[in-house]
Amino acid sequence: MKQVFVKGPITPDFIATSIAKHQSKYEIGAHNIFLGQVRADEVRNRKVAAIDFTCYEKMANEVLHDIREKAFRTFDLTCLHIYHSIGEIKVGEVCFFVFVSAKHSKDVYEATEYLVNAVKKKAPIFGKELFEDETHQWKVNKTW
Amino acid sequence: MATIRYFGIVAEVTQRNEEYIEIENMNVSEVWNLLYAKYDLSTLNARVALNQRLVDLNSSITVNNNDELALLPPFAGG
Repeated sequence: MKQVFVKGPITPDFIATSIAKHQSKYEIGAHNIFLGQVRADEVRNRKVAAIDFTCYEKMANEVLHDIREKAFRTFDLTCLHIYHSIGEIKVGEVCFFVFVSAKHSKDVYEATEYLVNAVKKKAPIFGKELFEDETHQWKVNKTW
Repeated sequence: MATIRYFGIVAEVTQRNEEYIEIENMNVSEVWNLLYAKYDLSTLNARVALNQRLVDLNSSITVNNNDELALLPPFAGG
Protein backbone atom coordinates (compact mmCIF):
# COMPACT_ATOMS: atom_id res chain seq x y z
CA MET A 1 0.00 0.00 0.00
CA LYS A 2 1.30 3.42 -0.90
CA GLN A 3 1.30 6.11 1.74
CA VAL A 4 -1.42 8.65 0.90
CA PHE A 5 -2.03 10.43 4.18
CA VAL A 6 0.26 13.24 5.22
CA LYS A 7 0.09 14.83 8.65
CA GLY A 8 -0.43 18.57 8.21
CA PRO A 9 -0.49 20.65 5.04
CA ILE A 10 1.12 19.56 1.76
CA THR A 11 3.88 22.10 1.33
CA PRO A 12 5.20 23.70 -1.87
CA ASP A 13 8.56 22.06 -1.05
CA PHE A 14 6.95 18.61 -0.93
CA ILE A 15 5.32 19.24 -4.31
CA ALA A 16 8.57 20.55 -5.83
CA THR A 17 10.49 17.52 -4.55
CA SER A 18 7.85 15.19 -6.04
CA ILE A 19 8.30 16.86 -9.44
CA ALA A 20 12.09 16.68 -9.19
CA LYS A 21 11.97 12.94 -8.45
CA HIS A 22 10.44 12.35 -11.89
CA GLN A 23 13.18 14.04 -13.90
CA SER A 24 15.09 10.77 -14.21
CA LYS A 25 12.07 8.99 -15.76
CA TYR A 26 12.72 9.69 -19.44
CA GLU A 27 9.66 7.87 -20.77
CA ILE A 28 7.40 10.58 -19.31
CA GLY A 29 6.27 13.34 -21.66
CA ALA A 30 3.44 14.87 -19.65
CA HIS A 31 2.70 15.61 -16.02
CA ASN A 32 -0.55 16.96 -14.62
CA ILE A 33 -1.07 18.19 -11.09
CA PHE A 34 -4.21 18.92 -9.12
CA LEU A 35 -3.97 20.80 -5.83
CA GLY A 36 -6.90 21.16 -3.45
CA GLN A 37 -6.63 24.22 -1.20
CA VAL A 38 -8.68 25.03 1.90
CA ARG A 39 -11.10 27.82 1.01
CA ALA A 40 -12.37 30.52 3.41
CA ASP A 41 -16.05 29.69 2.89
CA GLU A 42 -18.56 31.92 4.61
CA VAL A 43 -21.62 30.40 6.29
CA ARG A 44 -24.08 32.80 7.93
CA ASN A 45 -21.40 35.42 8.62
CA ARG A 46 -18.98 32.85 9.99
CA LYS A 47 -15.76 32.40 8.03
CA VAL A 48 -13.92 29.07 7.77
CA ALA A 49 -10.44 29.36 9.32
CA ALA A 50 -9.31 25.74 8.86
CA ILE A 51 -10.48 22.20 8.17
CA ASP A 52 -9.59 19.38 10.53
CA PHE A 53 -9.36 16.21 8.40
CA THR A 54 -9.70 12.68 9.75
CA CYS A 55 -10.12 9.41 7.91
CA TYR A 56 -10.94 5.74 8.28
CA GLU A 57 -7.44 4.86 7.25
CA LYS A 58 -7.77 1.11 6.82
CA MET A 59 -10.75 1.50 4.47
CA ALA A 60 -9.34 4.60 2.75
CA ASN A 61 -6.12 2.76 1.87
CA GLU A 62 -8.10 -0.06 0.27
CA VAL A 63 -10.41 2.32 -1.61
CA LEU A 64 -7.45 4.37 -2.84
CA HIS A 65 -5.64 1.22 -3.92
CA ASP A 66 -8.68 0.25 -6.04
CA ILE A 67 -8.96 3.78 -7.49
CA ARG A 68 -5.27 3.70 -8.43
CA GLU A 69 -5.56 0.26 -10.05
CA LYS A 70 -8.56 1.37 -12.07
CA ALA A 71 -6.74 4.46 -13.30
CA PHE A 72 -3.81 2.33 -14.50
CA ARG A 73 -6.21 -0.04 -16.29
CA THR A 74 -8.16 2.80 -17.93
CA PHE A 75 -5.42 5.24 -18.95
CA ASP A 76 -1.93 4.79 -20.36
CA LEU A 77 0.00 6.14 -17.36
CA THR A 78 3.61 5.95 -16.29
CA CYS A 79 2.92 6.74 -12.64
CA LEU A 80 0.51 8.48 -10.33
CA HIS A 81 0.60 9.78 -6.79
CA ILE A 82 -2.20 10.78 -4.44
CA TYR A 83 -1.60 12.62 -1.16
CA HIS A 84 -4.20 13.90 1.29
CA SER A 85 -3.68 15.84 4.50
CA ILE A 86 -4.79 14.69 7.93
CA GLY A 87 -5.13 17.11 10.84
CA GLU A 88 -5.82 20.81 10.92
CA ILE A 89 -5.18 22.59 7.61
CA LYS A 90 -5.55 26.37 7.53
CA VAL A 91 -7.23 28.34 4.74
CA GLY A 92 -4.84 28.87 1.87
CA GLU A 93 -2.92 25.67 2.60
CA VAL A 94 -2.93 22.67 0.28
CA CYS A 95 -4.68 19.53 1.56
CA PHE A 96 -4.93 17.37 -1.58
CA PHE A 97 -2.27 16.64 -4.20
CA VAL A 98 -2.81 14.44 -7.25
CA PHE A 99 0.16 13.99 -9.58
CA VAL A 100 -0.23 12.03 -12.82
CA SER A 101 2.48 11.27 -15.37
CA ALA A 102 2.26 9.64 -18.79
CA LYS A 103 3.76 9.69 -22.27
CA HIS A 104 1.06 12.03 -23.60
CA SER A 105 -1.07 14.90 -22.31
CA LYS A 106 -4.51 13.41 -23.11
CA ASP A 107 -4.07 10.61 -20.58
CA VAL A 108 -2.91 12.85 -17.75
CA TYR A 109 -5.86 15.23 -18.13
CA GLU A 110 -8.45 12.48 -18.17
CA ALA A 111 -6.82 10.46 -15.39
CA THR A 112 -6.50 13.50 -13.11
CA GLU A 113 -10.19 14.29 -13.45
CA TYR A 114 -11.11 10.67 -12.76
CA LEU A 115 -8.82 10.48 -9.71
CA VAL A 116 -9.94 13.75 -8.12
CA ASN A 117 -13.61 12.85 -8.49
CA ALA A 118 -13.14 9.25 -7.31
CA VAL A 119 -11.24 10.29 -4.16
CA LYS A 120 -13.89 12.89 -3.26
CA LYS A 121 -16.69 10.41 -3.81
CA LYS A 122 -15.29 7.14 -2.48
CA ALA A 123 -12.56 7.76 0.11
CA PRO A 124 -13.77 7.82 3.74
CA ILE A 125 -12.22 11.17 4.63
CA PHE A 126 -14.06 13.54 6.97
CA GLY A 127 -13.65 17.29 7.37
CA LYS A 128 -14.56 19.46 10.33
CA GLU A 129 -14.76 23.07 9.15
CA LEU A 130 -13.49 25.26 11.96
CA PHE A 131 -14.84 28.81 11.92
CA GLU A 132 -13.00 31.91 13.13
CA ASP A 133 -15.45 32.18 16.08
CA GLU A 134 -14.45 28.65 17.22
CA THR A 135 -17.76 27.02 16.21
CA HIS A 136 -17.66 24.28 13.59
CA GLN A 137 -19.66 22.36 11.01
CA TRP A 138 -18.98 19.12 9.14
CA LYS A 139 -18.06 19.39 5.48
CA VAL A 140 -20.10 17.34 2.99
CA ASN A 141 -18.89 16.74 -0.56
CA LYS A 142 -21.44 17.40 -3.29
CA THR A 143 -21.02 13.84 -4.56
CA TRP A 144 -22.33 12.29 -1.32
CA MET B 1 -16.84 -9.23 20.10
CA ALA B 2 -17.42 -7.12 17.01
CA THR B 3 -15.69 -3.76 16.76
CA ILE B 4 -17.92 -0.78 16.01
CA ARG B 5 -16.11 2.35 14.81
CA TYR B 6 -17.47 5.88 14.59
CA PHE B 7 -16.14 8.75 12.51
CA GLY B 8 -16.67 12.48 12.05
CA ILE B 9 -20.03 13.82 13.15
CA VAL B 10 -21.14 10.27 14.07
CA ALA B 11 -18.32 10.05 16.65
CA GLU B 12 -19.35 13.51 17.88
CA VAL B 13 -22.90 12.25 18.50
CA THR B 14 -21.91 8.87 20.02
CA GLN B 15 -19.10 10.55 22.00
CA ARG B 16 -16.75 7.68 21.26
CA ASN B 17 -14.53 6.52 18.43
CA GLU B 18 -15.12 2.82 18.93
CA GLU B 19 -16.68 0.19 21.10
CA TYR B 20 -16.91 -3.60 21.24
CA ILE B 21 -20.21 -5.40 21.30
CA GLU B 22 -21.12 -9.04 21.66
CA ILE B 23 -22.94 -10.13 18.52
CA GLU B 24 -25.06 -13.22 18.24
CA ASN B 25 -26.99 -14.03 15.12
CA MET B 26 -27.35 -10.44 14.00
CA ASN B 27 -27.19 -9.01 10.53
CA VAL B 28 -26.07 -5.54 9.44
CA SER B 29 -29.59 -4.15 9.52
CA GLU B 30 -30.16 -5.37 13.09
CA VAL B 31 -26.86 -3.98 14.37
CA TRP B 32 -27.60 -0.67 12.65
CA ASN B 33 -31.05 -0.50 14.28
CA LEU B 34 -29.53 -1.28 17.68
CA LEU B 35 -26.98 1.54 17.38
CA TYR B 36 -29.52 3.89 15.81
CA ALA B 37 -31.76 3.52 18.84
CA LYS B 38 -28.90 3.64 21.35
CA TYR B 39 -27.47 6.93 20.06
CA ASP B 40 -30.39 8.52 18.19
CA LEU B 41 -28.63 8.70 14.85
CA SER B 42 -31.79 9.93 13.11
CA THR B 43 -30.35 13.29 12.09
CA LEU B 44 -27.23 11.76 10.59
CA ASN B 45 -26.90 10.80 6.97
CA ALA B 46 -24.65 7.84 7.77
CA ARG B 47 -23.50 4.82 5.80
CA VAL B 48 -22.20 1.49 7.06
CA ALA B 49 -19.01 -0.33 6.12
CA LEU B 50 -18.54 -3.97 7.10
CA ASN B 51 -14.85 -4.91 7.17
CA GLN B 52 -13.99 -1.78 5.18
CA ARG B 53 -16.59 -2.35 2.44
CA LEU B 54 -19.73 -0.21 2.14
CA VAL B 55 -22.91 -2.22 2.64
CA ASP B 56 -26.58 -1.29 2.54
CA LEU B 57 -28.08 -0.22 5.88
CA ASN B 58 -30.79 -2.82 5.33
CA SER B 59 -28.35 -5.55 4.45
CA SER B 60 -29.05 -9.04 5.76
CA ILE B 61 -25.34 -9.97 5.70
CA THR B 62 -24.41 -11.55 9.02
CA VAL B 63 -22.09 -9.66 11.35
CA ASN B 64 -19.70 -11.99 13.14
CA ASN B 65 -17.57 -11.52 16.19
CA ASN B 66 -14.16 -10.20 15.05
CA ASP B 67 -15.86 -8.21 12.27
CA GLU B 68 -15.42 -4.47 12.10
CA LEU B 69 -18.49 -2.36 11.43
CA ALA B 70 -18.00 1.37 10.80
CA LEU B 71 -20.58 4.14 10.79
CA LEU B 72 -19.49 6.72 8.27
CA PRO B 73 -20.86 10.24 7.83
CA PRO B 74 -20.70 12.02 4.45
CA PHE B 75 -17.24 12.04 2.88
CA ALA B 76 -15.39 15.33 2.62
CA GLY B 77 -12.02 14.59 1.05
CA GLY B 78 -10.42 16.76 -1.58
